[in-house]
Amino acid sequence: MNGYHVAFAGNPNAGKTTLFNNVTGARQHVGNYPGITVERKEGSLVFLDTQLNILDLPGCYSLTAYTQEELVARQVLVEERPDLVVNVVDATKLERHLYLTLQFMELGVPVLLTLNMMDDVRNKGMSIDLEKLSEGLGCPVLGTVARSGEGKPQLLQEIVAMAREQQPWKSLELSYGPDIDPVLEQLVATIEHHQFLTQRYPSRWLAIKYLEDDEHILDQGRLANAELAAELEKTVEGLRHHCEKTLNSFPEAIIADYRYGFIHALLKQGIVSYPEQIDRMDLTDNMDKILTHKFFGPTLMMALLYLMFQITFTLGDYPLQVLELLFSWLGETVSNLLPDGYIQSLVVSGIIDGVGGVLSFVPLIVIMFIMIAFLEDCGYMARVAYMMDKIFRTFGLHGSSVMPFIISGGIAGGCAVPGVMAARTLRSPREKLATILTAPFMPCGAKIPVFLLLIGAFFSEYRPLIMFSITLTAWAMALLVARLLRSTLIRGESTPFVMELPPYRWPTLQGILIHSWERTWEYIKKAGTVILAISILLWLAMTFPKPPTSITAAFEQQRIELEQQQATANTEEARVQIGHELILLSQEQSLTALKSSAAGRLGQMLEPISQWAGFNWRTNIALIGGVAAKEVIVSTLGTAYSLGEVASDSPTSLVERIAKDSDWNRVSAVSAMLFVLLYAPCFVTIVVMARETSWRWACFALFFNTAVAFCLSTIVYQTGQHLF
Amino acid sequence: MAIDMSASIRQLNVHDKATITSVTAPGEMGRRLRDMGLVPGTEIEIIGRAPLKDPVALRLRGFTLTLRNNEADYIHVDKKDAAS
Repeated sequence: MNGYHVAFAGNPNAGKTTLFNNVTGARQHVGNYPGITVERKEGSLVFLDTQLNILDLPGCYSLTAYTQEELVARQVLVEERPDLVVNVVDATKLERHLYLTLQFMELGVPVLLTLNMMDDVRNKGMSIDLEKLSEGLGCPVLGTVARSGEGKPQLLQEIVAMAREQQPWKSLELSYGPDIDPVLEQLVATIEHHQFLTQRYPSRWLAIKYLEDDEHILDQGRLANAELAAELEKTVEGLRHHCEKTLNSFPEAIIADYRYGFIHALLKQGIVSYPEQIDRMDLTDNMDKILTHKFFGPTLMMALLYLMFQITFTLGDYPLQVLELLFSWLGETVSNLLPDGYIQSLVVSGIIDGVGGVLSFVPLIVIMFIMIAFLEDCGYMARVAYMMDKIFRTFGLHGSSVMPFIISGGIAGGCAVPGVMAARTLRSPREKLATILTAPFMPCGAKIPVFLLLIGAFFSEYRPLIMFSITLTAWAMALLVARLLRSTLIRGESTPFVMELPPYRWPTLQGILIHSWERTWEYIKKAGTVILAISILLWLAMTFPKPPTSITAAFEQQRIELEQQQATANTEEARVQIGHELILLSQEQSLTALKSSAAGRLGQMLEPISQWAGFNWRTNIALIGGVAAKEVIVSTLGTAYSLGEVASDSPTSLVERIAKDSDWNRVSAVSAMLFVLLYAPCFVTIVVMARETSWRWACFALFFNTAVAFCLSTIVYQTGQHLF
Repeated sequence: MAIDMSASIRQLNVHDKATITSVTAPGEMGRRLRDMGLVPGTEIEIIGRAPLKDPVALRLRGFTLTLRNNEADYIHVDKKDAAS
């Protein structure tokens, strides 16, 4: 069915998404705009027998080409030409929000202005004359309360009425003063005369963008008609020179001044009235007095983050265990159903263990996302960024980098997958990239069993101290490497920290649930499919090629002999004794198989190099497996030390085995812990990194992090060997 | 009665009120500042500083904004008398 296309647009924190959720309910579709990580949210509904397809544009403050969000919003409007824009504004901050409204009108798209948060207006004792505002702006104006649904029927009615009307696009013609206007007219005349890009953009809007020195439009102009573009640019250059000399200003600044001037003058005509006694100290100000206080602010923040972790890992543990049980039950059932052999091994050890391992993390991720969504929606996240910015900026990062680091394991036990995803809140591309590349250094929950194993073998008396040092090392490395990257590969000015501190608000349940579900589903979908492929690959690498048949036959021969001996043994003791020998035999056999597999051979091949850092071939195999998932390290070490299956939570026997192995000592243990902490992110993380940045950067992280880890481990091991 | 005193935002104390006289930031940063409503003639009030004195939080046009000190340096203001 063909319907009308409606775009919801507005500043961040205007309640746009809440209104969108309220209007479309669960009938939403979330995707990404091609090539970038800005979410594309669409929903539809039928109202008065009319199908409305609603697109929720990313929140933005302006229609410049400053951020991806702004660029997307503007390109969608120009290229998809929705029938109308529902511009959602926070009615209590009308003056600033109307700045974007004016830009929609300059573009010419039909606008339906929706003043949201009318309840706040009433609570503050303010009043807004909607009719006068509508008259002044020349567009319909409605009042809503998105959280309660107040004004929703009227809004839908108006949308349908406006969409049916099919108003033509008409650019608002504002005056930008005596210096700008003549040049603007001149530009418009030239553009119209040559029909320059007029198929895509309205001529007056195009001229304004030239005056505003808009990179994106300038590039398109040069491509379309280089000669004409140069002429237009020259005209603008002349004006810019004039403005700088006589007014000490820029054309774009003057245009902005006139826009604000227009809004200010409009609102002064009795449209907004304030209560006589202004009660300035509102709840948000009072809360900020404590929550961003010099001393209490950071203290409360640490406490809150710690609490968040406790909740996630205490609550998340139960469903995690249930899922683990479920997958091991599934594994057993399938083992019983399928005949012994490669198929069974592939399905059970490859697919079910691999994919199950990833899916078991879903409950943790859901809980983590719910809490992040809560902190974001209530306005606290912006305060965290505000408080931490000074420290993080020193290292070329941004105040908002704190969250991704912490979630990735900044307080030991996180996970880099949601951590990398949380970097989405960073709107500055360079800082975001540096954050994503360094967040996997944090000690995530899957690395911890490895640390516990090695600490148990060599430093059992210093457990808390070593765990604490590991966390500190991770933070130091993340910050230093970020600094290094920001002054080499991701060099560039830090993005301005012009950020709104939104008022504290109680988030809506619907908003939080939709928000966290979207992110979780993406994790399940994308990570799930790739992990399936990787699991199969890893299984192949650790299974093939098989040892020569003569060796396998020799093992079988021994087994048959032992079984016969067991059957004919006279005493119970002898039978138990032979049983032990049988177990040892199968362990030896699996070790031989592992040694001859591709992964095993690679491990042995790498030994001459890895010995610089103190790793033998058994460790190498475990570390190679750990690239798929860090959980694999301990269990693979178990196999490599011919212990068969070793549960990751009770590696006692493995601890003894490693402690006695002459290849291991305290120095190599420290070296190994350092390596595990810092080397390649696990595959799920790499996939998520690729999606948030690009495959190039994800592969870079794979090699770069491993190189950093290996260099440091080698330095530590070599120094240690000489000292002790 | 307001006493004119030209200053940059960095020199203001918490609770000080002022009027923006000029914004001299070029390029991207200037655009960003203007998009958020920091244009000449706007009245601002410093409402707080982060625990490490930077960034600074200010109120204008009914909302709260944070800026780093080195960005705030581009914004010149006329400080108002505390009594006003």
